[in-house]
Amino acid sequence: MPSATAIKQGFAPVPNALATPYLPLRRHVTANRTGEFIMAEQPPIIEAKGLKRRFKARGAKGKTIDAVRGIDLTVHEGEIVGFLGPNGAGKTTTLKMLTTLLAPTDGTATVAGADLRRDPVEVRRRIGYVSQAGSTLPQAKVGEEIVGHAQLYGIDRRTAAARGQELLTALDLGDIWNRTCGTLSGGQRRRLDIVMGLIHQPRLVFLDEPSTGLDPQSRANLWNHIRSLRDEMRTTVFLTTHYMDEADSLSDRILIVDNGTIVAEGTPAELKKRVSGDTITLTMRTAEDGEAAAKVAAGLNGADKAVVEANIVRFHVPDGATALPVLLSDLTRAGIDAIGVDVNRPTLDDVFLTLTGRSLRD
Amino acid sequence: MSFFRDTWIIFTRSMSLSLRQPLWAVIGLLQPILYLTLFGPLLQTVAASSGFQGDAWQVFVPGLLVQLGIFGGLFVGFGIIAEWRAGVIDRQLVSPASRGSIIAGRSLRDVVVIVTQAIILCGAAYFMGLRIPIGAFLVGLMLVGLLGAAFSFISNAIGIATKSEDALAPLVNTLALPILLLSGILLPMSLAPGWLQAAANFNPFKHIVEALRAVFRGDFADPIVAIGVGLALALVLLGVWFGGRVLQAQTK
Repeated sequence: MPSATAIKQGFAPVPNALATPYLPLRRHVTANRTGEFIMAEQPPIIEAKGLKRRFKARGAKGKTIDAVRGIDLTVHEGEIVGFLGPNGAGKTTTLKMLTTLLAPTDGTATVAGADLRRDPVEVRRRIGYVSQAGSTLPQAKVGEEIVGHAQLYGIDRRTAAARGQELLTALDLGDIWNRTCGTLSGGQRRRLDIVMGLIHQPRLVFLDEPSTGLDPQSRANLWNHIRSLRDEMRTTVFLTTHYMDEADSLSDRILIVDNGTIVAEGTPAELKKRVSGDTITLTMRTAEDGEAAAKVAAGLNGADKAVVEANIVRFHVPDGATALPVLLSDLTRAGIDAIGVDVNRPTLDDVFLTLTGRSLRD
Repeated sequence: MSFFRDTWIIFTRSMSLSLRQPLWAVIGLLQPILYLTLFGPLLQTVAASSGFQGDAWQVFVPGLLVQLGIFGGLFVGFGIIAEWRAGVIDRQLVSPASRGSIIAGRSLRDVVVIVTQAIILCGAAYFMGLRIPIGAFLVGLMLVGLLGAAFSFISNAIGIATKSEDALAPLVNTLALPILLLSGILLPMSLAPGWLQAAANFNPFKHIVEALRAVFRGDFADPIVAIGVGLALALVLLGVWFGGRVLQAQTK
């Protein structure tokens, strides 16, 4: 019986994968709605300790760059974990290490039950990886790429074709088998990449920046499909992203990464609780006005230290709605005018700002 | 053996892609055919001069075949860079496929394309007047295949290592020109002055061309034949070793 979410999202049920309704496994979950299975604590599907990666700097002799400076992380079966951070934070390097594409300089990890260093081939057999570069050649036929990839996992052509068709249907790509990959839209191509990554039915799939370059509609559609990977196909999903809305909307748990280390982790709600209250963003006419406004803001009851980026001033107050009238009259008294005011509930960007003093968008 | 199975899988995929676009193989064949029809007749006159051993076609066609093997292989690296850009190489590296098969499967496709081109070239040469024993034809195809394999491995490996067409193009051209000029591909080196002959002796391809010329004359027992085949085999080993190293380094 397809689950309620499957019907809501309009998926054709996938045989086998949909045989039983599925509730994401968590450590604290002991039974599903019908009490069919009692879950003991599961061993983590990814457990990394002290992962490090050092690169030789190009051009300069003997100089090195520490892209990843010691990452510990644990992912449990059935989770969707978001690895959030700005470009250059070490997300892709970490992902490449966990997927055997890059050897760690130091540290250990167990991925899908196999030791990353001792048995990378077994890790490869058990994981799916969807790169941001794609997976198919524009002039290749969709069906041939799928079957040719499945064969590398020892799957015979017939099983591969049946499974491929099934996955394409599940990702709303039912009729593209004989199409040339280059003729697909960006969103279709990305979903085809996911089909390629899932063809050997891995329990764990890595998605690298899944929605980069997609239009808003394709993104929302892709997110629904990513959720259904877990909800309908029981796949654990580990995704990297530098979009806070993507991490917020998809992840059960977020790891915030900056400068090669994890700076915070928790559910989106837990992380947002770390930011005290609402964010007020003032847009002033000039940078000088910005500095002056920061001083005025500091006088508000309960306000934290304002972050000034040229003429944009950002700070937090316990309650934005009551602070705003006071702030505006204070500004007028100081002889400066704001040309724009925003009051926002906390976002992950605020969390990042609070943790690192920089915005994710930088 | 997983290496052979994976090589076969990657070969079938690459071959089916090449078959869908046979134009590239045709374009690759165009140059030797032009040499054959527009330069070959000139040689008929030169052949009358001193220093020429044997029939003009028996001297000229081996050079064209060796050239086809070298150049057919040297430029395949551009294709693997395009595949890397499309994410195909990483996709295969993250699968349990044997590392070596990722280049070997593609190089096997290149060898099939090059040997097919060589057969067509020999057919065209037959119409121009080339007459050789069937054994010589087969040895010729084998040598072309070996050279194609060696250079395809090397070019694919350079492509994967540099991941840049801008780096591959000058590298390939720098390799190609001295190989071409010092190998007596177009004219036998026996026509050259002493110092040039001495320089050419250091070029393995000169000996491979000479070996194939001896075979085309029907002179299978000439020691140069064994030397030429041995050199071609050594080049294949070098290419395979280099390709393997580059792929291992990819995930280092």
